[in-house]
Amino acid sequence: MSQRLFVKGNEAVAMAAIEAGCRYYFGYPITPQSDIPEYLSRELPKLNGEFIQAESEVGAINMLLGASATGVRAMTSSSSPGISLKQEGISYMAGSELPGVIVNISRSGPGLGGIDASQADYWQSVKGGGHGGYHIVVLAPASVQEMYDLTMLAFDLADIYRTPVMVLADSVVGQMKEALVPNPRPVTILPEKAWRVRGRREGTEQMIVKSLFLGDGELEAHNWKLHGKYDVMKENECRQELFMADDAQLVIAAFGSVARIAKTAILMARDAGMKVGLLRPITLFPFPTKAFQEVTLRCKKILDIELNNGQMVDDVRLSVARDAEVYFYGRPPGAGSLPVPEELFEQIKKHY
Amino acid sequence: MKYDLFIAGFGGQGVLLAGNLLSYAAIIEEKNVSFLPAYGVEKRGGAAMCTVVIADGEVGSPVIGRPSTCVYLNQTSLERYGAKVKDGGVAIINSSLVDDSSWDRDDLEIIRIPMNRIAMELGDPRMVNMVAAGAYAAKTGAVALESLEQALKSVLPERNHRFIPANVQAIRAGAAAVGR
Amino acid sequence: MPQVFKRPVSLKDVPTHFCPGCQHGTIHRLVAEAMDEFGVRERTIGVASVGCSVFLYGYFDVDVVEAPHGRAPAVATGVKRARPDSFVFTYQGDGDLAAIGTAEIIHAANRGEDITVIFVNNTTYGMTGGQMAPTTMVGQKTSTSPYGRDRAKDGSPIRMAELLAQLGGVAFSARVAVNTPKNLMDAKKQIMNAFRYQVEGKGFSFIEALSTCPTAWGVTPIQANERIGGELIEYFPLGVYKDTAQWKPRIAPPAPVEQPGARAFPEFMNEI
Repeated sequence: MSQRLFVKGNEAVAMAAIEAGCRYYFGYPITPQSDIPEYLSRELPKLNGEFIQAESEVGAINMLLGASATGVRAMTSSSSPGISLKQEGISYMAGSELPGVIVNISRSGPGLGGIDASQADYWQSVKGGGHGGYHIVVLAPASVQEMYDLTMLAFDLADIYRTPVMVLADSVVGQMKEALVPNPRPVTILPEKAWRVRGRREGTEQMIVKSLFLGDGELEAHNWKLHGKYDVMKENECRQELFMADDAQLVIAAFGSVARIAKTAILMARDAGMKVGLLRPITLFPFPTKAFQEVTLRCKKILDIELNNGQMVDDVRLSVARDAEVYFYGRPPGAGSLPVPEELFEQIKKHY
Repeated sequence: MKYDLFIAGFGGQGVLLAGNLLSYAAIIEEKNVSFLPAYGVEKRGGAAMCTVVIADGEVGSPVIGRPSTCVYLNQTSLERYGAKVKDGGVAIINSSLVDDSSWDRDDLEIIRIPMNRIAMELGDPRMVNMVAAGAYAAKTGAVALESLEQALKSVLPERNHRFIPANVQAIRAGAAAVGR
Repeated sequence: MPQVFKRPVSLKDVPTHFCPGCQHGTIHRLVAEAMDEFGVRERTIGVASVGCSVFLYGYFDVDVVEAPHGRAPAVATGVKRARPDSFVFTYQGDGDLAAIGTAEIIHAANRGEDITVIFVNNTTYGMTGGQMAPTTMVGQKTSTSPYGRDRAKDGSPIRMAELLAQLGGVAFSARVAVNTPKNLMDAKKQIMNAFRYQVEGKGFSFIEALSTCPTAWGVTPIQANERIGGELIEYFPLGVYKDTAQWKPRIAPPAPVEQPGARAFPEFMNEI
């Protein structure tokens, strides 16, 4: 067993970025994710990397766009209001097929809202937060170890699919400390970045990174290409965790921090003799539709729980078998609204 | 086994350090642990709280509604979070600062320890958190006192390592106070 | 017979989409000539902006990244930091740079990013149909200032070359025009100066080029050219607003911060 560290989720993100070979970070301070830029501002210079505290989130995402266009691994991080500002750049990156990792340690809204844990950015993240009808890959870690492992995976998926990838968590996972095994970067076969700008040397063709397509039929073809990639992702990249779901009469659907809270509620239910399980989407886009189809072939009750007024539940309803019932329990995020296991156990009893 | 603990006090009492220390001791013992801090909005002197879950298997929720043990380091914490302790659970109270005479819980095992006085007698009132950590470990057996003492090296910044012997004393004094 | 005039190799052999009498093409050519003369084409990465300048990659024979509206200096920052050995320039219009992209240009300049910004000021949004720009003259009628720009309501035209010269990270800032052969020759010289700063790794350089937009102004090319020589140069004087090679700082530069992998900042990186 390699060394076990005891670190914050946010620090695990920064450590994973470095291990993944990311040497360029651009960001703007916002609670509750500032541990990430603080860590990287200290460590990147030692590795001959670049850390820029940008003038705004808009500046930061566009620096990411520029760095990524040259073929390097780069990232930015922020929290919900800042992620709203980045949406313009994310749309351009999606349109220009640029890889890049964006971390959202989300907080409650709308507007300035509050700094408490929140899952209210689900729609914004998975449905294409900017203009133009695109998707980005969205990964939802539920532990410090996953903050590390999924950040590393985010860089690989970004390179493989030439797409922005978001790591979506909240302050529970970001501020929480747990044991971390800092695994080395996995060996992955990555495509060559032949599309990158590098300076047009003799005998090489001109490289253009752009999202503008004005010729007759060009943009339509480009969009078909993008959506073809999304179909491949749906086929190959869905990830989920099943917990005690085999014999379950009621399966809870939850992601990130809420899935953690639900696990303890499930154990309470099991102690009370109730067969309850969990299906936790790890990829929010692509959404693990097949896993929901399979589970609901047998178990006909799904209880979707979120720290918002009901967002992922839309995707759950679209994914389950036709005769399955989907219940929802959620609370809008804010100070004091984080559910506790005892509360979720009550919901289980209500719907079991 | 699974242990859950809630510690509350005001900023400056070392609430988060106590939680970190207990967590790190669990890491040393190759257990799983989650440490979830919470703060008031004030940068200094506001409320400070943390929840620690220590488990041999999976931790599950890092958020606990009714923890089996709560440590109250000041009066406000008891007033605000006194109802949190699980029925039949354990409350460890810093009796130097907390008066629980009007607290209406008769289902609990209440352990009153004059933490400020003990810390002061050992030479530094800032060691209240160490007294609390020692008391919790001794009372519940969630981690061994030796692990706590070993964890000090990892949890305290290098420049504060000279305080380790005093902190070890405070941890032991807290543990001893449980038995009294 | 010796050849005395030819197309710069940095410029493609294609006709431009620019309107008759527009000076974008001339400015493109000067930039391409400077690129040729410094021999930087093969390591140049251009950053295109939004507006008439969006087709940068169609005319310059260099690699290009397209930036969102106003964000070219931030994109260029990312490019240059990731590839410090490349020659990076942005080419932006007045709406792009002086309105929606003010934060990006000011902070890229203030950080002293080692890039060159070519800013084309034609006092209007040309591509979207001649709306009011931050550089539109007081009284100038545009499609969104049908009564003329009102100073009380819309403020005064922004003078970017002067404004940016105030910033500690800016090594070179000049305003040029291409309305006469003399001004054109001088414009070439200043573009060369701006490029030299980047080639020598000496920090941020800025060229503001006054340009015509006969289509949006609703005048003939000749009238447009006359407007540059009259009203525009009067309000936007040509000249060099900062040239740190010729410049002595008022206060001594602070000692560089000690840190691992420190970037070597040029000596002038201090307050004016």
